[in-house]
Amino acid sequence: MKTIFKTLLLAPVSAKLGVLIIIIYMIAAIFAPVIAPYSETEVVGDVWEEMGSGFLLGTDQIGRDLFTRLIYGARNTISIAFVTTMLSFFIGITGGFLAAVVGGWIDQGISRVIDIIMSIPILIFALMILSVLGTSTPILIIVIAVLDSTRVFRLSRAVAMDVVVMDYVEVARLRGENLWYLMRHEVLPNTLAPLVAEFGLRFCFVFLFISSLSFLGLGIQPPTADWGSMVRENAGAITFGILTPLLPAVAIAVLTIGVNLVVDWFLHKTAGIKES
Amino acid sequence: MSNILKIVAQRLALGVFTLFAISIIIFLGVEALPGDLAEAVLGRSALPETVAAFRRELRLDLPMHIRYYEWLSAFLQGDLGNSLANGREISELIGTRLANTLFLALFSAFIAVPVAVFLGVVAALYRETWFDKSISMFTLSTISMPEFFIGYIMIALFAVEINIFPSISNVTVETPFFERLYSTALPAITLTFIVMAHMMRMTRAAIVNLLMSPYIEMATLKGIPRWRVIVMHALPNALSPIINVIIINLAFLVVGVVVVEVVFVYPGLGQLLVDSVSSRDLPVVQASCLIFAATYVLLNLTADILSIVTNPRLLHPK
Repeated sequence: MKTIFKTLLLAPVSAKLGVLIIIIYMIAAIFAPVIAPYSETEVVGDVWEEMGSGFLLGTDQIGRDLFTRLIYGARNTISIAFVTTMLSFFIGITGGFLAAVVGGWIDQGISRVIDIIMSIPILIFALMILSVLGTSTPILIIVIAVLDSTRVFRLSRAVAMDVVVMDYVEVARLRGENLWYLMRHEVLPNTLAPLVAEFGLRFCFVFLFISSLSFLGLGIQPPTADWGSMVRENAGAITFGILTPLLPAVAIAVLTIGVNLVVDWFLHKTAGIKES
Repeated sequence: MSNILKIVAQRLALGVFTLFAISIIIFLGVEALPGDLAEAVLGRSALPETVAAFRRELRLDLPMHIRYYEWLSAFLQGDLGNSLANGREISELIGTRLANTLFLALFSAFIAVPVAVFLGVVAALYRETWFDKSISMFTLSTISMPEFFIGYIMIALFAVEINIFPSISNVTVETPFFERLYSTALPAITLTFIVMAHMMRMTRAAIVNLLMSPYIEMATLKGIPRWRVIVMHALPNALSPIINVIIINLAFLVVGVVVVEVVFVYPGLGQLLVDSVSSRDLPVVQASCLIFAATYVLLNLTADILSIVTNPRLLHPK
């Protein structure tokens, strides 16, 4: 804990800013019921009341407090994106390591299937599956995780390929260790740095992607507060010159920038890349 | 030369195979529906006779591979079947919308490509200056924003604050060309912002990479002006990666169009796709997904083939 704190103190300003942003969002997400002045779906005022009219950021299209919705949106959007990314990494890393460690026709088979899936744009693929299976949060999580895991597969297979040719993996194989042990104890610890960095980037992608789907009305369904659907529901206000409906979108952009800043710093630190 | 033809032929074969596999995936996607299409459309309370009749009408009583063959061959002949929602022919529904989407994508490409390449070259020329840094800050922020956010910022700025462009892009078949340009200006600018960041970064990277090579140093030492070194010496060699990036971004543009069309209520294929997904009009979803996916694959294929044929190492094998 102390070393983490120390490294942070030495980090450049941009990384500190990124960490600060992430911490604020985490607090908002975890303590949402404590921070928010009203409950998630409570109608408390008139339609599209202005900022400061008794409500910190005004109200939304049916008179719910926008600040409350924003805080709860942090909780819903971030947690769903996080769970999706975790699942995506679990599938992708398992598949990628399996392909790298076993090799041969299993590797060929999985890789070709992944190639085909990746040749379809992820949004189009997701829309097609959601039209068949309908839109509910568990389906959303599984569909995006499976589609996104193809990208994780590519990376984890590539980094694992460099590790499986090492002598210590050969030794472990000769010791008769099983597949799971090889993947978990030999390959994973030595591929952790690029995978952690990728986790940050994939999280951003998944987060933006879920927001886009929600914006299209096909992601997280109302009345659950979510940043993408909040923009969609309140978009009408923008043409009246009320800009508060853009705040959820700002929230999305700021978090993405924050995570990117931290990932950039992390990549520099672990890879020792020097700016040319 | 025969070597290169062989690589191109392999890549083409792979592309055709990919298209074929995608059509199977899209076909099977709908097959994966719990129950089948007839039950999904008519609902659980429908009489068995009605379901059976509807199945016959949709030819769902035939085996899967026969239906796939019929679907694909009809598709290739331009017959996309009928919409479930209103019974209209899908090809008729899609035709004008596809044209609208292509118009928007091309319009954005005409703005985005020259601007991105120009800014990329300038950023490479003046790297590590405030100009370069502000461009890199700008690209980081545009890729961090959701597409619809950029769209609404455009609306808030150019349709509400200074009212010069319409916030809704309403075009019909009769809309004359310049009026069409005017009403699609905001979506086109939004799309430009979405794809420009990546193109600019890659152009800059490609040129910076080349500027390190000895022949550029030689040109500089000869005393050639800096812009001439970049435009006459570096750019021709950077062209192949840049062309590649441009086409990949065009492919991206075709997909990014979906969200932007919804923001601006533009009557394009993306809007149709989203509407059909909400109403679960599966034949329309199938057809538009196949068109989007095929466009994407074909553009990527073009990018690959262009990068093969412009690669000097492959053109002049040792």
